[in-house]
Amino acid sequence: MIKKIKNIFTLGLLKDNPVFRQILGICSALAVTNLLMNSLVMGIGLIFVTSLSSLTVSILRKYTPKHIRMMVQTLIISAYVIIVDIVLKAYFPAMSEALGPYVGLIITNCIIMGRCEVYAQNNPPLDSFIDGIASGAGYSLVLLTIAFFRELLGFGSLFGINVLGENWVNWVFMIMPPGAFFMLGILIWVANTYIPTKDGKAPAAGGGQ
Amino acid sequence: MGNINPFVIFMASIFTNNMILANFLGMCSFIAVSREIKTAWGLGQAVTFVLTGTSIINYLIYHYILVPFGLEYLRFIVFIILIAAFVQLVEMIVERYVPTLYYSLGIFLPLITVNCAILGVSLFMIIREYTLIQSAAFGIGSGLGWTLAIVALAGIRQKIKNAPIPKGLEGAGITLIITGLMALAFIGFSGIVNVQ
Repeated sequence: MIKKIKNIFTLGLLKDNPVFRQILGICSALAVTNLLMNSLVMGIGLIFVTSLSSLTVSILRKYTPKHIRMMVQTLIISAYVIIVDIVLKAYFPAMSEALGPYVGLIITNCIIMGRCEVYAQNNPPLDSFIDGIASGAGYSLVLLTIAFFRELLGFGSLFGINVLGENWVNWVFMIMPPGAFFMLGILIWVANTYIPTKDGKAPAAGGGQ
Repeated sequence: MGNINPFVIFMASIFTNNMILANFLGMCSFIAVSREIKTAWGLGQAVTFVLTGTSIINYLIYHYILVPFGLEYLRFIVFIILIAAFVQLVEMIVERYVPTLYYSLGIFLPLITVNCAILGVSLFMIIREYTLIQSAAFGIGSGLGWTLAIVALAGIRQKIKNAPIPKGLEGAGITLIITGLMALAFIGFSGIVNVQ
């Protein structure tokens, strides 16, 4: 069991990472990554939604008619996203303001739907739950990596604490949209070059859509 | 927010607040379906059409049904169901009455339900407190802006098909870098209109 969990995690975090292997869910990956704090909250929200909706879909999989399963999955996901939204509004109003519509857009984050459809639909609840956590964690890892560089170069700080000193000239470019596109492009490049794929082969051309 | 000219919102959502290049919405299909200009154009048309329709319908539902009953927190579920239903309806109508259009748009329509630009526009219009006309202008403008970006990207991708790109950068990597350059170019428009 431990081995299986470990296996699911290496797949989700590195070898089959939803963002740079499957090119899923990048809308929000880019929008919230100008600050590390925002990315962390987004990542936690996504882990919560992915794991619990995978669990729910997996529990209900025997009772869901095949042809309406997409609709059912969307409704399950929306319900959890509403919980995240309400909790953020109630306890972290400033954060809720900063993330704006991107909390709601977790619904259309293809990672969650993808895991429900590919994994939870055919696997027992506990495995699906762990798989959801692993995929969510893989996504958060990418988010935090991008945010680390963007905040460091763009504001000279990490988690709002100044680290590069007074003389650092902020790269305004990094906190604007193009900076996000370039960072993700470079990250995919590095990942494709150094991280082996699921089958152990040398990485093929990026993002086999 | 009630006093901005709808035309300004329309122009801003095409150029300065472009859905893809400034707000990162609709990226998944943006990268997956931008190999050829023709398919990109087809998807762009479908997105513009659905965006216009759903932004108006969602506006009416939100302000005349959800707000009076104090059900604002249900908006995510309601919006996503309305979008799915609208796409289904459009698909049936188009198939019945304009079969030629159906064959060119057919495969893209189901993809649109999960396009985050559609839900994003509805959520933005609520947050920014647009009026009905402003929302409609915002919907059409965002759709056209999305189309402009995806068609331009498809054009560039066709040109670089045979270029010697580093191995790990092929596919998604280079597409993102091109998008970054396009976003940089679009920042040049930011002096024209400025609406948040």
